[in-house]
Amino acid sequence: MIDREQVKKVAHLARLNITSEEEEQFTTQLNSILDYFEQLSELDTENVPPTTRAIEVSNITRPDELEPFHSKDALLASAPEQEGQYFRVPQIMASDDA
Amino acid sequence: MNVATASKTEYEAVIGLETHCQLNTNTKIFSSESTSFDPDNPNSNISPICLGYPGVLPVLNEKVLEYAVKACLAINCQVAPYSKFDRKQYFYPDLPKNYQISQYDLPIGEHGWLEIEIAEKPNAEPVRKKIGITRLHMEEDAGKLNHGGSDRLAGSTYSLVDFNRAGVPLLEIVSEPDMRSGKEAAEYAQELRRIMLYLGISDGKMQEGSLRCDVNISVRPVGQKEFGTKVEIKNMNSFSAIQKAIDYEIERQIEAIENDEPIYQETRLWEEGSQRTISMRSKEGSSDYRYFPEPDLPPIEVSTEQLETWKAQLPELPAQKRHRYEEELGLSAYDTRILTDDRSLAEYFEKAIATGAEAKQVTNWLIGDIAAYLKNNNLSINDIALKPEILAELVGLIKEGTISGKIAKDILPELLEKGGSAKELVEKKGLIQISDTKEIEKIIDQVLASHPDELEKFRNGKTKLKGFFVGQVMKQTGGKADPKLTNQLLGKKLQG
Repeated sequence: MIDREQVKKVAHLARLNITSEEEEQFTTQLNSILDYFEQLSELDTENVPPTTRAIEVSNITRPDELEPFHSKDALLASAPEQEGQYFRVPQIMASDDA
Repeated sequence: MNVATASKTEYEAVIGLETHCQLNTNTKIFSSESTSFDPDNPNSNISPICLGYPGVLPVLNEKVLEYAVKACLAINCQVAPYSKFDRKQYFYPDLPKNYQISQYDLPIGEHGWLEIEIAEKPNAEPVRKKIGITRLHMEEDAGKLNHGGSDRLAGSTYSLVDFNRAGVPLLEIVSEPDMRSGKEAAEYAQELRRIMLYLGISDGKMQEGSLRCDVNISVRPVGQKEFGTKVEIKNMNSFSAIQKAIDYEIERQIEAIENDEPIYQETRLWEEGSQRTISMRSKEGSSDYRYFPEPDLPPIEVSTEQLETWKAQLPELPAQKRHRYEEELGLSAYDTRILTDDRSLAEYFEKAIATGAEAKQVTNWLIGDIAAYLKNNNLSINDIALKPEILAELVGLIKEGTISGKIAKDILPELLEKGGSAKELVEKKGLIQISDTKEIEKIIDQVLASHPDELEKFRNGKTKLKGFFVGQVMKQTGGKADPKLTNQLLGKKLQG
């Protein structure tokens, strides 16, 4: 079960401003999602090792060879604001962490 | 009011380091653009992958894995048979994806240690200590921010972001809280740097930020088991700053305890200008990073075979060299530390003694005259024309009495700059030592004959004048007279 305080915390961590009606609504909705997943608990997983991935593949790497991206200017141009060759961002307020 | 008491409480500091070390790969950890440090060309090394565009696929750079495993082996970590990447979520404009790809519960290495050795004075017994290493993991670096044109966040109205550094591979190495002083912590950081340089996987430049150390520190009365409140200090960009910041912080925390003032769990910044730490922000309730497995990157399983291959490629590491030089070559810890601080100097030394030259003599030249020359000319050992074999030859010429140490010093600059054989230079310049008794006696007789006044004063008790006569003999022979023999013969002749 998830309560309203937890919903508020999750919203804060995701930097979402939600109204009190939305808090109520999301608490109900998230609880029904969690209930749905709760069905999985019916299975006995005592002897099943924890899974971090669904695909059986490992050790995918690439050689350390330069292959620069061809249109860097397009990346810069697609940002909301630029200044010279920099991305410009609004004033940074207090952070949770950096 | 402060009342002095006879039984003053003794405190000890508990210190752990978190070190970030940039790897010197050609390309970024998950994408193929350059990692070069290029502050003059912001956003010149960016791609949709390091900027976190939707739908892109990061792929691990094989060199990053190799370097991480080699670093694990070098600091005695157990390499995980199964390791994975995770997303660490937080919001900051230097992090374009709003999460950093890092490793959380299954880092590539755990349970390691390294040995630090402190030998401050030439003849002091070295102090050795094992520092535990909790973990080593791979992660990506973030971008760089310029705040409103200045480097300070406070007061700026906007910020400029350069993502050239975003995605540069990092190793994060977390130590156990095993250090007790600023000196130990600085030595630990230097040893880590040395190991990275010996491995050739990082350039270890603290000034440029390719090696960054954050310190966790608390103090407690000696004998107390529980830790005091932990404070994190950042922003030290040299080893001496690490030491000074810690020493400052120890004093500050002890003073707070003695005055019944609270110590807050917070991050403090070292201010180089004022030589103190200042509060940055309080850490109320640890951050909630909501780690979860990175779905785009498959796990890593390093095979035993691969591990053995990498292990076989490791060079002899600084601590191994120190032990060998001290035990097998009989060098002091102080000399050893200077020789092994830089791998190329150690290798130069080893080449020189391989030809049979005496280790202590070679060391004296390397850490004396040659080190001074390198420092004055801002050169490294590999830049000089004097080959290690020739240094050995020079040491040999002194040992067998062909030239004096003084002559060797005189010809050293030419050898350092022009190279060539020491033996040939000595022969060409006619600098071979005069060790023939008859020849030296002849010169002494001449010198005594042309300085009758001084001779008389000497015989009347002014024995200090012996030095004058030695000087005259040297002058006559262009410094080539064997100094020991000259002294001996002159002694007899002066007595008359």
